[in-house]
Amino acid sequence: MTIIAPDPVTPDPKAVKALARRGWLGRLRGGRGTGRPIWRQPIAVVALTILAGWLVIALLAPVVAPYDPLAQSPDAYAPPSGTHWFGTDSLGRDVFSRVAYGARLSIPLALAIVSLALLLGGLLGLVAGYVGRFVDEALMRLTDLVFAFPQIILAMAVTAAFGPSTRNAVLALVIVSWPVYARVIRSAVLTMRGEDYLSAARLLGVGPLRALRRDVLPNSVGPAIVLATLELGNAVLLLAALSFLGLGPRPPAAEWGSMVALGSQDLSMWWVSVFPGLAILTVVLAFNVLGDTLRDRIDPRYAKGR
Amino acid sequence: MTTVRNDAEPGAVTTTASRPRPRRHHPLLAFLVKRVAITAGLLLGVTIVTFGLVSVVPGDPVTANLSDQALNDPEAVAAFRAKWGLDQPLYVQYLHYLGNLVQGDLGLSQQTGRAVLDDLLRYVPATMELAIPTMVLALLVGTGIGMLAAVRNGRITDQIVRVGALLGLSTPPFWLSLVVLYVFFYQLGLTPSGGRLSTQFSPPPTVTGMYTVDAALAGQWDVAWDAAQHLTLPVLVLTSLTVAILVRFVRSSMLEVLQQDYIRAAYAKGLPTRTVLRRHLLRAGLVPVITVSGLAFASLLSGTVLVENIFGWPGLGQYAYRSATALDLPAILGVSLFVALVYTLVNLTVDLLYGLIDPRIRLQ
Amino acid sequence: MALLDVENLAVALPGPRGPLPILHGVSLRVDEGELVGIAGESGCGKSLTAQSLLGLLPPGAKVTGSARFAGTELLGLDARGWQRVRGAGIAMVFQDPTAALHPMLTVGRQLTEHMRVHLRMDRRAANRRAVELLDQVRIPDPERAVRAYPHQFSGGMRQRVAIAIALAARPRLLIADEPTTALDVTVQAGILALLDRLRAETGLAVAFITHDLGVLSSLTTRGYVFYAGRVVETGPTGALLTAPRHPYTAALLGARPHGTQAVGTLRPIPGGPPAPGEAPPGCPFQPRCGYAEPSCGTAPPPLEPVGPDRSAACVVRPHLEVLV
Repeated sequence: MTIIAPDPVTPDPKAVKALARRGWLGRLRGGRGTGRPIWRQPIAVVALTILAGWLVIALLAPVVAPYDPLAQSPDAYAPPSGTHWFGTDSLGRDVFSRVAYGARLSIPLALAIVSLALLLGGLLGLVAGYVGRFVDEALMRLTDLVFAFPQIILAMAVTAAFGPSTRNAVLALVIVSWPVYARVIRSAVLTMRGEDYLSAARLLGVGPLRALRRDVLPNSVGPAIVLATLELGNAVLLLAALSFLGLGPRPPAAEWGSMVALGSQDLSMWWVSVFPGLAILTVVLAFNVLGDTLRDRIDPRYAKGR
Repeated sequence: MTTVRNDAEPGAVTTTASRPRPRRHHPLLAFLVKRVAITAGLLLGVTIVTFGLVSVVPGDPVTANLSDQALNDPEAVAAFRAKWGLDQPLYVQYLHYLGNLVQGDLGLSQQTGRAVLDDLLRYVPATMELAIPTMVLALLVGTGIGMLAAVRNGRITDQIVRVGALLGLSTPPFWLSLVVLYVFFYQLGLTPSGGRLSTQFSPPPTVTGMYTVDAALAGQWDVAWDAAQHLTLPVLVLTSLTVAILVRFVRSSMLEVLQQDYIRAAYAKGLPTRTVLRRHLLRAGLVPVITVSGLAFASLLSGTVLVENIFGWPGLGQYAYRSATALDLPAILGVSLFVALVYTLVNLTVDLLYGLIDPRIRLQ
Repeated sequence: MALLDVENLAVALPGPRGPLPILHGVSLRVDEGELVGIAGESGCGKSLTAQSLLGLLPPGAKVTGSARFAGTELLGLDARGWQRVRGAGIAMVFQDPTAALHPMLTVGRQLTEHMRVHLRMDRRAANRRAVELLDQVRIPDPERAVRAYPHQFSGGMRQRVAIAIALAARPRLLIADEPTTALDVTVQAGILALLDRLRAETGLAVAFITHDLGVLSSLTTRGYVFYAGRVVETGPTGALLTAPRHPYTAALLGARPHGTQAVGTLRPIPGGPPAPGEAPPGCPFQPRCGYAEPSCGTAPPPLEPVGPDRSAACVVRPHLEVLV
């Protein structure tokens, strides 16, 4: 539901050259042409800290959470207090513990969605860009087709069709999100073909697989990382949206989106919705900030004027 | 279209040869024909994908639509299948659907029992009543804020705008809806909690299907006012999300333009800053924004699914949600086709607008 | 009488490690109705000088010195003051006419908008003048050209349009920043002739910035040679070109493929100009100079008179008896 639209910045040839010479890792480290190293940018540091915090919470959920996230108690709808920091929901479950355990669902699932989509989209993008002609045309029309659906509506239809479950929600989100990667990887391949890297490699007798490994992959890693980071935030959001609609992980799983949905039944119990919502917000925000920062550095097109 | 001038430098032996004026309608017509063909292909693809998806997968519309009691009655199940053509082979079902589609018949919704076209005509105006004011507001606010951030590049205003936009992009719309409901309805009591109209009013006579407009047309000002109040919160949520998308784009587009020589040239002419920004910067900076507005509109339709759900807004999003969960194939197809159609129409409009706004662009 | 009198102009731009000095105490003068040339390699501060005279420096730039235009001090003007000077006092023609013309506004609009501000003309009067101006810069069919967009013209014609725009609000000084660099050679001569004719017809003063010393010869009365943010030599153009006193000017002439002097072979200048902030402590040209002596490394030499109306910033070459 978010579009991180590509900004219309035309390349600054000098910056492109300077950045292209140093690999994408060098660009992360900073230095001439990129400004400060990434760990000196306060906003990026905040984002990294938030993400690290969530990772710790996800890993140590049993330690962090004072209660069993699924344990019901007669103490329903208790407002936030010393015993229940975020209050309890309609079944008397501790909201804080559920939010903590929610990180164990949302973050790995988002990672899974993005990796699978990257794998699928990347592969199809490589094939499209490398083979060209009919295959390229067909695959690109297919991406057009997927783009023509609003993401959430298509994901909803797919999940509903396969039956609501965690696996199917992930599947649906992979289906709606692979085309972006396919486009990006394809254009990376095409750029290199345009620059005669590939034809030169062919002339040298390097097989297509080696050409891919030597030229295409290293050059598409940067854009792919940027995109994947931005898409991680998007995946968390879409997953939460699906669960909010009852199409994600089945209850009683502690999923942030479905927890917000539970709270929407009674507005006076604001804490049931507010805290899981804030969890989604902070994770997504951190991914977006990080993606933005990475893009400014890795994608030479954005090196100027920012 | 004016003629192309050749150089007439002293020494260069060329004259101002005017190219024959091209026949104006031809390129546009060819362009439109091509676009219509592409759109038709896309819509066909949408039907195939949706049909294939819903038919191949394990979910069964029978179980999704019939009660448990009816499910135990083989005759009822068979009757349901026969009624909706589910006992036919898949390709027969598809061809049947296509045949009807060509005649403008989208089939019957298994869920509502009404013609899908009628359902769309009922729900689409409700969504448009949210989407149109949202888009207008978001474009105004997004352009203004984005331009401000670009002009103040790097300063505190810019930083605030950038963080604010990221925040907007990262906020789950369904959660934001609940938050504004809690604040404006539950705590402050300023707005209604949901729906399109308070119970004491009945909907105005249908002209556009948008209650505010129809009520105003009928002179029922109290109804129009009530409908407008119901619009406030959903439009607020959708606008904030759309603004977040637009602001980032406007900002970087404007930054790009600000570095152009023609902006410096405009300052060098002694024009007041206001004129430079309004006439020179805005005009050039908004061109790429047109594209993203199209994307933002599509994203807006996505957002309505969640927002309509919370505000009980009987629009397209709700209809899509209910059709999807009920595996109501004709309805899902109808919604998909409509959305794909809107998407291509928006893209077409964007391309045509480009040609209108930027004199350099000629339709090809 | 001096129309523009710049003294000791120094500009520092904000850099990653504090202000980066780009211009070091530049002094120059343009008289009424005079065509003055400013020459130097790219990055030597020519364009920055022009930008500071129009108050168009990037934000954060630090400016010291003085620049008097028609008796008014320019540096330190407020936004309103600059608006009065720009266009109506000093106008500018940019290097690349394609980039300097707004692609989405008609030529007429771009010609008239500042006329209406500065000359308080109504739309009809401004349009009449726009047509006259286009005619004056030899644009064929000016009535139609007014309604056209920049992309409908060729490069040379676009630069003529840009000149017409610069002249529209009747400025007294025109700064032309390499106005022919982006154009074909055949078109360049036409633009130069146009500028000279405009000067003769209207008494306009022109400061002509170029990296090509040869362009100066045919046009300008006096010239300034810039190097690394300083004026290294100035004097009547003829004398500058035939008997350069600064080694850099001499080297530039030698490096020109079609020198006005009878130079047998093309001699490129070894090395490149120092990057801003990385200039050596002494004369900035010293590392590339064939005349350099140990004393050149101590302090940048001042610009000192070396003849009638001539100055050079070199402690060695002007004092040698035999030149070249």
